[in-house]
Amino acid sequence: MGRCTNFVQRLFHFLKANMTLKTTPLNAAHRAMGAKMVDFGGWDMPVNYGSQIDEHHQVRNDCGMFDVSHMRVVDMKGEGVRDFLRNLLANNVDKLTLSGKALYSTMLLENGGVIDDLIVYFMTENWFRIVVNAGTADKDIAWMKKQAELHAPLLDIVDHPELAMIAVQGPNARKKVWDALPGSQELTEKLIPFSAAETGTMFIARTGYTGEDGFEIMLPAKAAPFFWGILAEKGVKPIGLGARDTLRLEAGMNLYGQDMDETVGPLESGLAWTVDLKSERDFIGKAALLANPPTQKLIGLLLLDRGVLRGHQKVHTPHGIGEITSGSFSPTLEKSIALARVPKDVAIGDTVQVAIRDKMLNAQVVKYPFARNGKGLISL
Amino acid sequence: MSNPTNLKYTASHEWVKTEADGTVTIGITQHAQELLGDMVFVEAPAAGRHLKAREECAVVESVKAAADVYAPVSGTVTEVNGDLDSSPENINSDPYGAWMFKMKPDNSADIDALLDAAGYQAVVDSEAH
Repeated sequence: MGRCTNFVQRLFHFLKANMTLKTTPLNAAHRAMGAKMVDFGGWDMPVNYGSQIDEHHQVRNDCGMFDVSHMRVVDMKGEGVRDFLRNLLANNVDKLTLSGKALYSTMLLENGGVIDDLIVYFMTENWFRIVVNAGTADKDIAWMKKQAELHAPLLDIVDHPELAMIAVQGPNARKKVWDALPGSQELTEKLIPFSAAETGTMFIARTGYTGEDGFEIMLPAKAAPFFWGILAEKGVKPIGLGARDTLRLEAGMNLYGQDMDETVGPLESGLAWTVDLKSERDFIGKAALLANPPTQKLIGLLLLDRGVLRGHQKVHTPHGIGEITSGSFSPTLEKSIALARVPKDVAIGDTVQVAIRDKMLNAQVVKYPFARNGKGLISL
Repeated sequence: MSNPTNLKYTASHEWVKTEADGTVTIGITQHAQELLGDMVFVEAPAAGRHLKAREECAVVESVKAAADVYAPVSGTVTEVNGDLDSSPENINSDPYGAWMFKMKPDNSADIDALLDAAGYQAVVDSEAH
């Protein structure tokens, strides 16, 4: 048995070391722009193009572009899509009445654990578009197809790994996109936040993951390098996944796999606002959420002492021990911030202690987001 | 940027400069700062603390990650660069100028056993596969 395990382990390491990383259509463009590339969940992605902090400020103060082509677009087409999604998602797609409108939701297991978080766009009664995380895409699509077999066998679930996605974010992002892309202004000028318009080949959504205004643009892989190049010519700076993480953390946006996963529910993950428990509607996971009121919750932390908060550090509170789910340095606040899951009686304003190496450092429980729209939102 | 040839190095990416008074000055290399990215926090050992060779004695944290810094040789910490408390980014802009701490080695011959610039470059190259 021991030898067998050893062999399997060696095989695993061999396969891992020899596994080719997946690439997006912009891989060559990133390298040409001096990106530092990293293995990001099996994808060869740019972590920064120089200074991650400069890139962060660039987005808060002006605008920048991100390659998020590793994220996956899934279309659901056919009659009864809305009914299907009513049952599949924890948020209520009946909130979507205008064509193009988007909704953020979690997709839950029967036991209430989070399979993924996603954005669903209502285009027509026969077409809803969903964008899911890269690392969970295959699992998500398998789950969707399994549920469709049970509840909506005629539904078409069309996976679009061939689509590229470029996010342009920041106070000047929309103007830059309009400059770079003829016709895009007419198409998107009237878009309210969290909605999308499409032309058949291009899908432009006023959404993002930074806490700034801007667009997420889905387009054919072949067109992506050209569009990326035009944006660069218009002065839009490329931004790596490093800054994307600090921007989303400041904006108080959850990251799947860190702030929630299949072992926790949305109510313990700061996502109660995305779960509709009020309507009569049943959905997968609802019974479990109602049967198990949360004993923990997600809070914001601001480090008062010197240091940097990181994921998995233990948080000591008067009500018991919690854990940081995402922590980093906030370039906007110039302090360390974190999201942490703690016992539910911990309150905003409490001082707690975070175990960092051999020290216990003081942090304050704060209301998040920490920063959005170019400004810090926390003051002590 | 190449590694200055007047310095000694460790495989764990510290540089070591021997001063005229026999003390050594320690920092982290260009390669190390590049791997870590934007520095936001430095915790140096207290002056007067005795360190054993290869002991974890300091921490540098970038936005991305925390990394331990190891004592290159055994000795006593004599001075700490307090400027890095407020300006840790100096390590990014000037890795061979932004020193972290100084030590008085127990045995100055230990310094000779450290890597030279070419030996350190070989370590860096082998890490890149």
